[in-house]
Amino acid sequence: MRLHLLALLAKEPAHGYELKQDLEQTFGSAYPSPNIGQIYVTLGRLEKDGLVRAVDVEQSNRPNKKVYYLTAKGRDVLHLWVDEPTEGPRVRDEFFMKLVLAPMTGIADRMVLINRQRRHYLSLMKDLNELLDRTSPDDKIAILLIEGAMLHLQADLDWLERCQEDLA
Amino acid sequence: MSDEAVLKAINLVKIYSGGAVPVPAVRGVDLQVDAGEFVAVMGPSGSGKSTLVHMLGGLDSRTSGEIWLDGKRADTLSESAWALLRRKKIGFVFQFFNLVANMTVADNVELPALLAGASPREARERREDLLGALNLGDRADASPAQLSGGEQQRVALARALANQPSVLLADEPTGNLDSRNTRDVLRLLGRVHKDGQTIVMVTHDARVAALADRVVSLLDGEIVDDGRIARPRRRTVGEVIDLR
Repeated sequence: MRLHLLALLAKEPAHGYELKQDLEQTFGSAYPSPNIGQIYVTLGRLEKDGLVRAVDVEQSNRPNKKVYYLTAKGRDVLHLWVDEPTEGPRVRDEFFMKLVLAPMTGIADRMVLINRQRRHYLSLMKDLNELLDRTSPDDKIAILLIEGAMLHLQADLDWLERCQEDLA
Repeated sequence: MSDEAVLKAINLVKIYSGGAVPVPAVRGVDLQVDAGEFVAVMGPSGSGKSTLVHMLGGLDSRTSGEIWLDGKRADTLSESAWALLRRKKIGFVFQFFNLVANMTVADNVELPALLAGASPREARERREDLLGALNLGDRADASPAQLSGGEQQRVALARALANQPSVLLADEPTGNLDSRNTRDVLRLLGRVHKDGQTIVMVTHDARVAALADRVVSLLDGEIVDDGRIARPRRRTVGEVIDLR
């Protein structure tokens, strides 16, 4: 989450709760709502590393709030993140490791593993279908996130089928 | 045997013997589909999925085994008797849509209902409802050639549902659709299923398969898995998949 917060702070200085709201508004209902405690912990670490700095802003009848802003070093780190290519597909798939290794130990049958995994993927897809149904078509970021997850799942299922053809 | 079985196959076998060597496509399939169930049939190409569904609908002859439709044995019927039964009880939709070219969209969709004995008014109402649900209400007077591939596919689905069949058989019905058109098809399938439509569908599309209650997996002409798909738990994308 470090870099996501840096990106939001590059837009404008903000306090922790504003960042939480900003994330929620940008990604919509599709993305898990970030935990406020986690945001403050992350901001603390960013501050320690010199990527953000905080100023106390006085409030009437309330404790001061800390407003965070990006440092020059923080901006450099953010640029680096945006410019570098992003990690590709998840080739070290946990299920694939199980599928290859478990039968060698004699504790599992590949056909059983594959069939169970297929049903699991389909039930995840049911979740996504359902999520898409209750997401407003105007919420473009959330829709794209859901469609991305669906395409990943489709690829996982196609791969499962290939595994069944050649391994089971 | 449950009284609720709409469709039943017992030890169903199909061997293609046209070539030099006989090729077994379906090797002893037992399958029972109850009223209101939505069954997705999955498996690699060449696993016998399409052959199975074609046999269930009487479009391909079986080599041996039995097929029961609404409690009536169907595989021993003559070809014309099968055709009559199919008209009343089965809706079929394929990857390639076979619409009648010199009829309007509306007539294409109403025809199966009329053939199955519906009154013209019933057929029209059903057609309006189905085309509306697929966002094709304004294309009723068009001819199939004026439609895009995605639109033709949706018309084919509407046609298959027009006679309110005991069972809808489908073979890759979203094979040609982009994601927006697929969404309309998903919505309609979800709706008719909720209203009690029995569906057996061959598909590679996981979004479509995930609408089903149950998934049957074929490999080399045999069922290797047959079980229910768990119901959704209402989560966010982040909880479903870790998009790194």
